[in-house]
Amino acid sequence: MSLTLAPPIADRLMDFDAAGAPVLLAGRDRLTGRLVFPLPADADRFERVELPKHGRLWSWTIQRFRPKSPPYAGPEAFAPYAVGYVALDEAIIVESRLIGVAFGDLRIGLPLRLTTEPFTLESGETRLTFAFTPKESA
Amino acid sequence: MSDVRIIAAGVHPFGRTPGLTGLQQGVFAVRQALAVAGLDWSDVQFAYGGSDSAGNADTMVSELGLTGLQFINVANGCATGGSAMFGAYSTIKAGEFDLGIAVGFDKHPRGAFDPKPADWGLPEWYGETGLMLTTQFFAMKTQRYMAEHGISIETLGRVAEKAFANGVLAPHAWRREAVDLETILTAPLVSDPFTKFMFCSPGEGAVALVFASAARARRLGLDGVRLRAAAVRSRPPGSFEVFSPALDFVRGPSPTTLASRAAFEMAGVAPGDIDIAQLQDTETGAEIMHMAENGFCADGDQEAWIAEGKTRIDGALPINTDGGCLACGEPIGASGLRQVYENFIQLTGQAGARQVSGDPRLGYSHVYGAPGVSAVAIVER
Repeated sequence: MSLTLAPPIADRLMDFDAAGAPVLLAGRDRLTGRLVFPLPADADRFERVELPKHGRLWSWTIQRFRPKSPPYAGPEAFAPYAVGYVALDEAIIVESRLIGVAFGDLRIGLPLRLTTEPFTLESGETRLTFAFTPKESA
Repeated sequence: MSDVRIIAAGVHPFGRTPGLTGLQQGVFAVRQALAVAGLDWSDVQFAYGGSDSAGNADTMVSELGLTGLQFINVANGCATGGSAMFGAYSTIKAGEFDLGIAVGFDKHPRGAFDPKPADWGLPEWYGETGLMLTTQFFAMKTQRYMAEHGISIETLGRVAEKAFANGVLAPHAWRREAVDLETILTAPLVSDPFTKFMFCSPGEGAVALVFASAARARRLGLDGVRLRAAAVRSRPPGSFEVFSPALDFVRGPSPTTLASRAAFEMAGVAPGDIDIAQLQDTETGAEIMHMAENGFCADGDQEAWIAEGKTRIDGALPINTDGGCLACGEPIGASGLRQVYENFIQLTGQAGARQVSGDPRLGYSHVYGAPGVSAVAIVER
């Protein structure tokens, strides 16, 4: 199954550039200039902004127990996963799942890049969500 | 404007009470507080009360008596108790009534909280992909703080060790067994850097406080403590809160900083004047960070403070003398009032084996919760 065929898990969350690379969408409040992620629905108030695709790990943790469902929609079988806040240049700090990195290698300041992750819902359906992964990994 | 006094306090023990609903535990706490003061329910002119997940507080009139009193329900997340107290404080200060209660209670199922994204104005994917957990927020706020200010894992452990040691001495606490530092540090991780002993658990319990004007308190011959400040504040720009898909790049202060400053100003005292403090300790990192956010020390000083035992019952500034949320659990509606209960008991010299020596005069309490709200109260003997 091609990953790019899975639809994104939500509207106004991410888009893809001409090269097919994912980009996160935020909104800039036209009144205050404040950046808000994800992009709010109110297009009159919020200007659509594409966030930087690279950043550094600002903080992190490991989710070691299966979250309660709802709201968690992942499969019943559970494996711990990494979560972090990623500082995207000088723009905003975004919370994200972290993939392609050993838990022991996580450290504040780690260079990261945006990628996508197929997320399997309890129903077995696959949706595309965003994640960050170490910059050096392919 | 009238001075406001807390003249009596009641508690239903925290923990798990299978036979009683949360509401019944609330009724228990109210009856105990009134009995201590020698008052009848019919003396109570007004009430503020709330729970997060155990029902409507005002329905307790069917147990306590249909006196027709003004009963206002409060729902303000983790600051529900603090907000109920603020209501009682303002009502008496304004001279509207001269005797009333604040009551908070709760009863949560086992395990972590399971919030629904829509209730918090968040998109569904945030919950679906496993990012909407209070535990993750506390872990990441602490992880960042440790790196910025040189706080060690051992210090996280020592806060838990103190909490359980204090809980042994508090009859209303849930966890009443001491746990040694080694066990705390080597226990399974829940959300790094926290092991299972470093997080509090949602639980059950209830607290009721009786408030009176200074004049009414004098007539009743009940001194109690004076409520010198009660402040509730929401989040400012750049703060770091529970359930945040993103944070402002330019960092700012916290709702705790705002509530703390407001309360100190209201009371006309400084952090150095406080003799005993109850600070929100959802996990051990929260207690550490809240020491600085409330103005008691500079960022990073906690490492030395805790190593020297300054925050123990016999230390210079005893913190969470009943074991806090770590030993008592966190029934949301009751938790903030438990802190004030503990200060009341300590300042009136009724704390028994956990009594802080030297006749503490000023007690400080601080509760924090989602989505970025803090409540602070300062009481004086």
